[in-house]
Amino acid sequence: MAGKLYRLSAADASRALRAGEFSLEELLSSYLARHEEVEPATRAFITHDAGRARERVRRLSAGWGEKAEKVLAGIPAAIKDNLCTREVATTCGSRMLTGFLPPYDATVVERLQAAGMVLLGKTNLDEFAMGSSTETSAYGATANPWRRGRVPGGSSGGSAAAVAAGQAAYALGSDTGGSVRQPAAFCGLVGLKPTYGRVSRYGLVAYASSLDQVGTITRTVEDSALVLGAIAGHDPLDSTSVAAPVPDYRAALGRRLDGLRLGVPREYLAVALEEGVRRRVEEAISDLERLGAQVGECSLPHSEYALSAYYIIASAEASSNLARYDGIRHGPRAWEEELGAMYRETRRLAFGSEVKRRIMLGTYVLSAGYYDAYYLRAQKVRTLVKRDFSLALERFDALVCPTSPTVAFGLGDRLDDPLTMYAVDVLTIPVNLAGLPAMSVPCGLWEGLPVGLQLIGRPLGEETLITVGHALEQCRPLDPERRGPLYRSGGELGAI
Amino acid sequence: MSITSEQTEHVAKLARLALAPEEIALYTRQLAQILAHMHVLSQVDVNGVEPTLHVIPDLANVTRPDASRPGLGAELAVANAPEQADGYFRVPRMGKEG
Repeated sequence: MAGKLYRLSAADASRALRAGEFSLEELLSSYLARHEEVEPATRAFITHDAGRARERVRRLSAGWGEKAEKVLAGIPAAIKDNLCTREVATTCGSRMLTGFLPPYDATVVERLQAAGMVLLGKTNLDEFAMGSSTETSAYGATANPWRRGRVPGGSSGGSAAAVAAGQAAYALGSDTGGSVRQPAAFCGLVGLKPTYGRVSRYGLVAYASSLDQVGTITRTVEDSALVLGAIAGHDPLDSTSVAAPVPDYRAALGRRLDGLRLGVPREYLAVALEEGVRRRVEEAISDLERLGAQVGECSLPHSEYALSAYYIIASAEASSNLARYDGIRHGPRAWEEELGAMYRETRRLAFGSEVKRRIMLGTYVLSAGYYDAYYLRAQKVRTLVKRDFSLALERFDALVCPTSPTVAFGLGDRLDDPLTMYAVDVLTIPVNLAGLPAMSVPCGLWEGLPVGLQLIGRPLGEETLITVGHALEQCRPLDPERRGPLYRSGGELGAI
Repeated sequence: MSITSEQTEHVAKLARLALAPEEIALYTRQLAQILAHMHVLSQVDVNGVEPTLHVIPDLANVTRPDASRPGLGAELAVANAPEQADGYFRVPRMGKEG
């Protein structure tokens, strides 16, 4: 096998490696060459370390006999830059963590390292994962490789752009309100946000702790099953991780849809959807029906309140979590002579404007006199949103809807109006409030840009999502020309 | 929903955030807009509804055995600090403003 090895899915690359079709070195070289070719266009990475990756491959090759047992061994991957990587810079896309070298790996990173990951580097994100377009990063924006001048989505936009452009076989992201699913949808990829607690958050830099979950960004559903299997499971270092045993997610691939009940939430099709998004999603739902699923309508009546409840809860938790950035333990410090002035100046200089806005909003809703009206009320509305899902998921095995109301929008289009940007996540946010698993699967193109179908499951129902996502993927494979950025040269890729 | 620039300054003080006058003006305007939008929540009947503080049921007070175990060590713990000495963080003096 020769040439464009970076086009293989992680699973296909793994099978070919084990069949001896090429070496670990050849696979890595393909990714490194592709990176050189396309990174000037995508700007997907904050830190990229080819030397470290080569050294890693040398060591893996030397012990290949035992490592070959592990499916992900030798597969080059990228990690969102809000997951701690030992001795590898972790910036969160913020000046606040300039120069920070974590003394430990996040649990998910440690597990992938144990599985033989070849770490290529750390990907760009909205500052502290607060955003939906990867434009608020202190390191500049990332481009959507599908189209010049379009955002890759966010906040895990660097991870999505890297996987879509062939700079990494798979990537990890984090999803607080859609930050894995929406960039996956915008970049034509599979994005899986597991059930809250399914995957350890230890070493994930906290944004909104009751909503944050680490997720996978891959080119195929099979890859998402492989990566989820490697990172899922209880972690004593995260007291919110659940003890349930981890199934073999690959067993959920290729199952038939006969008898599976899929619900379409009425309210999710009532929002202002782009015509092409509506059309592709309806076609995908018809396909699933043809494959044997029983499709019916359901209702999530409190959906219209979810966005407001989310921004109150997320901002409140963010204002508390980000109190730790004080110029004492890491990052830069404003050289003031008095402690209080040092805190205030450090935070003024090192936080960007979206982060400050959310800290301000969060501090406001938690402050005396407003707590009951905003924060407590939002937590009660959260209960109602969660209850809507529980009722719908008693009747249905999973719900299907669009991931995002639009395809990838233009760079700069929504940056000046926070409310317009927040509204982008209207279809993904309720899932985080309820702590449910959800997956975005590509379901076609609209005017040359990818559309994502969102599947929402029961708590710990990731296998159902994998079964349905895989069935959809298999019934409508895209021909290579339409598969987009992987099949284009660096000069033909979308840039900023 | 109206919010005054004094309120914005007060919130900034609580958040230990120095803001330039133009930022005070910007956030006063934007917070008012955002809070006005969030006012839809007041339409929801939440009588008798318990708040969801955590989405996983039956998970409460997770503890570990109270046994000592190795930690990072002082040297590694302060390694990222902008200023350190002898395994300690160095900080500016605390004044009347602090």
